[in-house]
Amino acid sequence: MKSRCPLFKFKAMKLTKKLSKVFSRNKAPKRELTVEQKISRRNFISFGSFLVLGGAAYGGWRWLYTSPNEVPGITGEAHKPLRAVLNANEKVVRQLYSNKNLVKTYPKEMAAKVVRHNSDIGSEGLIDIDAWKLSVKKHTGEMLNIGIDEIKKLPKTEIIYDFKCVEGWDQISHWGGVKFSDFIAHFKLDAETRFEYVGMETPDKEYYVGVDMPSAMHPQTLLAYEVNEKPLPPKHGAPLRLIIPVKYGIKNLKRIGSISFSSNRPPDYWAEQGYDYYAGL
Amino acid sequence: MKVIKEKHPLLMRWTHWVNFPILSIMIWSGLLIYWANDTYTFTIFSVTFIRFFPQGFYDALHIPRRLAEGMAFHFLFMWFFALNGFLYVSYTIISGQWRELVPNRHSFKEAWRVVLHDLHIRKMAPPQNKYNAAQRIAYTAIIVMGFGSLITGLAIYKPVQFNYLAWICGGYHLARIWHFVLTIGYVLFFLVHVVQVVLAGWNNFRSVISGFEVIDEKPLPAIQIQSDETNEKTE
Repeated sequence: MKSRCPLFKFKAMKLTKKLSKVFSRNKAPKRELTVEQKISRRNFISFGSFLVLGGAAYGGWRWLYTSPNEVPGITGEAHKPLRAVLNANEKVVRQLYSNKNLVKTYPKEMAAKVVRHNSDIGSEGLIDIDAWKLSVKKHTGEMLNIGIDEIKKLPKTEIIYDFKCVEGWDQISHWGGVKFSDFIAHFKLDAETRFEYVGMETPDKEYYVGVDMPSAMHPQTLLAYEVNEKPLPPKHGAPLRLIIPVKYGIKNLKRIGSISFSSNRPPDYWAEQGYDYYAGL
Repeated sequence: MKVIKEKHPLLMRWTHWVNFPILSIMIWSGLLIYWANDTYTFTIFSVTFIRFFPQGFYDALHIPRRLAEGMAFHFLFMWFFALNGFLYVSYTIISGQWRELVPNRHSFKEAWRVVLHDLHIRKMAPPQNKYNAAQRIAYTAIIVMGFGSLITGLAIYKPVQFNYLAWICGGYHLARIWHFVLTIGYVLFFLVHVVQVVLAGWNNFRSVISGFEVIDEKPLPAIQIQSDETNEKTE
């Protein structure tokens, strides 16, 4: 075996020499570019790609800005691609969500004396509190009708926290009521909590929200009947409203008429008008 | 003789330019959000100097009644803003470019001289290198501000899930104010930046697109007085 090697080596060397000659012939020595040529060449490439990519970016922006709205449904009024992003963001944010993350609470003295009131949709005018009943629709079709006194008998929870409106204002306010999770346990609605969403409506069905189950079962979510230790006035949603600190104000439905449970997203007043469905904090 | 001198690496140029439209869109969509509750004023001793913003400003930019749209745009472009900033900062650290950028112990004294020089009060120009001392402070500050926008933004976006961030910002309410103040800071930075770029001229401007500056190097004199040692160094 070894004896063959020198010859082989010799041949191989000849071959590489030949090959390198062939290749070096192809690489005819170019005249080196002058500095001026280098400058203009690099300028051409840089400014050319700058313009092309700048134009592409502008085109991309126009595409997005003029993109059609989504088909109206549970959500509506948002540019289609932007709605997809809102929904994708929700998936990311839900990964971070934990019922152990609590909203900051404040001492009683810090609560606003005049609690801000933004909208009357679904809770205009007065309501006959004695005649009012909360209807809870169970998945079996069974319906519970619960009066306000029955709710007030449940253990009371108070919270003083910074209420946050989607518009951008926030206000420390003091609410009292029953924890939504206590309410569920008391009325033996545990079977309903395996659904993904809770839907709530005002008695006139003018205002309605959908809330994901983890947020509804958050330990700071209340069915509130008091503000500043007094029964809710009509404009704050008498006799019973939702106080859900892990959501923007838009989800804090006033004057609850009915509660239902669903695996699909229940209708939501502001999600139909271009807002994020999740609206979580 | 003209010589090409490399100045800005490709990635630093790109992240710089990409940031411009992203930040513009973030500020614009931020205005759509701010309009819904435009309560910020600049008040000292109960005298209001500035109220953001006059109605004419809103009308001219078609700002009113677009809160939902503003939020949707803001929560898309926030990703690009963060990603672009992450790219810039990581590259600056890994490439070692931060040495040219981060202020050192002389920078604050020197920056004052740069200001005096720019205002034509002081004749001697302080050392320039890639960035002068004032640029080091300004360009590092703008990165810190960008990071501040990210943190305050997250604190506003999910104040309960990121309650520790809200706490760092002094609470939700203050986080929003910081977020707003930083934006005003960008606008002021932008104004000064553009004036400085115009004054610095074409060679400087081109370097942020092409990456290089052209400098006129004087040919060495035929008779060299310098010793051989220093010659080696200059080569």
